[in-house]
Amino acid sequence: MGKSFIKNHPTLLIFLALLALFTLGVTIMSEAYGTAFISTSFVKTLGKTLCLCLVAIAMDVVWGYAGILSLGHFAFFGLGGYMVGMWLMYERTQEVVLRSLENQVIPPTETEISDAIATQIFGVVGSADFPLIWSFAHSLTLQLILVVAVPGLLALVFGWLAFRSRVTGVYLSILTQAMTLALALYLFQNDSGLRGNNGLSGLQNLPHVTAPQSEISMWFLWASAAALGLGYLFFTMMLTGKFGMVVKGIRDNEQRVRFLGYEVEHYKLFLFTVTAIVAAVAGALYYPQAGIINPAEIMPIASIYLAVWVAIGGRGRLYGAVIGAAFVSLLSTWFTGGQAPDIPLGFYTISWVDWWQVLLGISFVLVTLYAPKGIGGLFDLLKCKEVQK
Amino acid sequence: MSTLLEVSGVSVSFDGFKAINNLSFQIGKAEMRAVIGPNGAGKTTFMDIITGKTKPDEGRVIWGDRSISLLGMSEAKIAQQGVCRKFQKPTVFEDQSVCDNLMMALKRRRSVWDVLKYRPAADIARLEQLADEIGLLGEFNRQSGELSHGQKQWLEIGMLLAQDPKLLLVDEPAAGMTPSEREHTTNLLVEAAKTRAVVVVEHDMEFIRRLNCKVTVLHEGSVLAEGSLDHVTSNQEVIDVYLGR
Repeated sequence: MGKSFIKNHPTLLIFLALLALFTLGVTIMSEAYGTAFISTSFVKTLGKTLCLCLVAIAMDVVWGYAGILSLGHFAFFGLGGYMVGMWLMYERTQEVVLRSLENQVIPPTETEISDAIATQIFGVVGSADFPLIWSFAHSLTLQLILVVAVPGLLALVFGWLAFRSRVTGVYLSILTQAMTLALALYLFQNDSGLRGNNGLSGLQNLPHVTAPQSEISMWFLWASAAALGLGYLFFTMMLTGKFGMVVKGIRDNEQRVRFLGYEVEHYKLFLFTVTAIVAAVAGALYYPQAGIINPAEIMPIASIYLAVWVAIGGRGRLYGAVIGAAFVSLLSTWFTGGQAPDIPLGFYTISWVDWWQVLLGISFVLVTLYAPKGIGGLFDLLKCKEVQK
Repeated sequence: MSTLLEVSGVSVSFDGFKAINNLSFQIGKAEMRAVIGPNGAGKTTFMDIITGKTKPDEGRVIWGDRSISLLGMSEAKIAQQGVCRKFQKPTVFEDQSVCDNLMMALKRRRSVWDVLKYRPAADIARLEQLADEIGLLGEFNRQSGELSHGQKQWLEIGMLLAQDPKLLLVDEPAAGMTPSEREHTTNLLVEAAKTRAVVVVEHDMEFIRRLNCKVTVLHEGSVLAEGSLDHVTSNQEVIDVYLGR
């Protein structure tokens, strides 16, 4: 990466600098390492927001650059969360079980320990056995590999089938949405092996770690910021140069790119899979901060929100996706968290918990109609003014 | 002169309508050919078959010295063999610069991995030379969406040349051009036909006369007549179905 690369991407440098500044600011103001100006729960909200920004840039790459409106990327995000959640829950439960069995006169056997863990985890869905998919849950390394492998493989197989049949446009959106819905409905079942609608919980408690939540939350914020920075750098480098040109060409005129001799399906499949993996990594960082993951998280509506964030922030530019995801998700937290003042009209009170979604819907429609470049488009206006001067 | 492309006995029908009916066609390695015919004669479908967009119901499409069949290959594979197509409506990537458009077209390896690790530095001189050939060197870094209609047509021709094709399929290159733009286009095509095969689909008789090449007349999906322009225009059948109208 030479000087010219940075010169050609001023936004990359600005973004990384702002991200570093933000992380430093939060650290200084945190309870654990600073002035305790920001509460631990807000640190978690900010950390989670960084993860949402990461999945949003993945969405922007696949939708804004390649023109594939996937409504499945939040499913990959959730799968990443599930994979890391399995280890967290297993290890944590094992810790608790071992502690409770410590004082027994006869030391417990391996099987007894294993049964006790299984009962603890799966009692809630009326089972006391480990399903097959938990075979690797004892190993952090293996589960971390699965964070990448499971969503990556799902995206690869699904994408191969869909792109090979030349499914495009709104049909592809519907197909990905169907995949997401099927996955969520499957996970809702008690015998899915992932605790049905209870999902995985207690993920905020890191096993073998005695540090308080205030510190753990900062660790995850740092990790999320690093992941977002790396993701941003990775996609910027990938989309620079000829690969980015071909990808934009596919968005604008797929058939023409084919007649130039590029196998469009390979490019789409590559992008779909890579962005799915990035989404999964974002999810694996998100859910330990959220503390709980359940199938409702990956219902298609979540993926639709993702598309809304990217549209509001501005498609086809990575910082637009970051702005959209951060802005809308933080605003959503504010409105639905009960902090926004209700508006009493006398005969009716507008409570934002209910009306926020209406507001979001209206702003999505307005952005699509009148500002297709989204919030990121404002920067173009600034640039234009500078040029005129 | 050896044959580059041989289409024989090809038929294709859409919902019972025979768009191409037992069509046979041959072109040599360095030859210019004009294809004319009334609307619905099957000119575009003919190109779709060669480029792999449409699969024929029967017939053969044989390509090159090693006589390989183009049927069953993907559009991209056929393009990699050296078959290039220019559409009727200029289709350049308007969001990207003239340089980017040419760089995408330039004959280099096309796989995802090769494209990811591609570095343009060594090719810039060649791209500038191409831009010069099509008279767009001054617009090298301009968005191609800002170009005039004629300039877009040339850019597209430039993109075809950049691919260094063995066979150029050109659909109505002169449509919507001013007389001087036409002349420039004619020169580009005649120059190209010195080293490769060029098939031009055109309505404009004056333009074809200037190309000064063999003409194939299509009608209802098959070849009605073939020969010099004077030969086919004096053919009574051709006059009846096409020129007479």
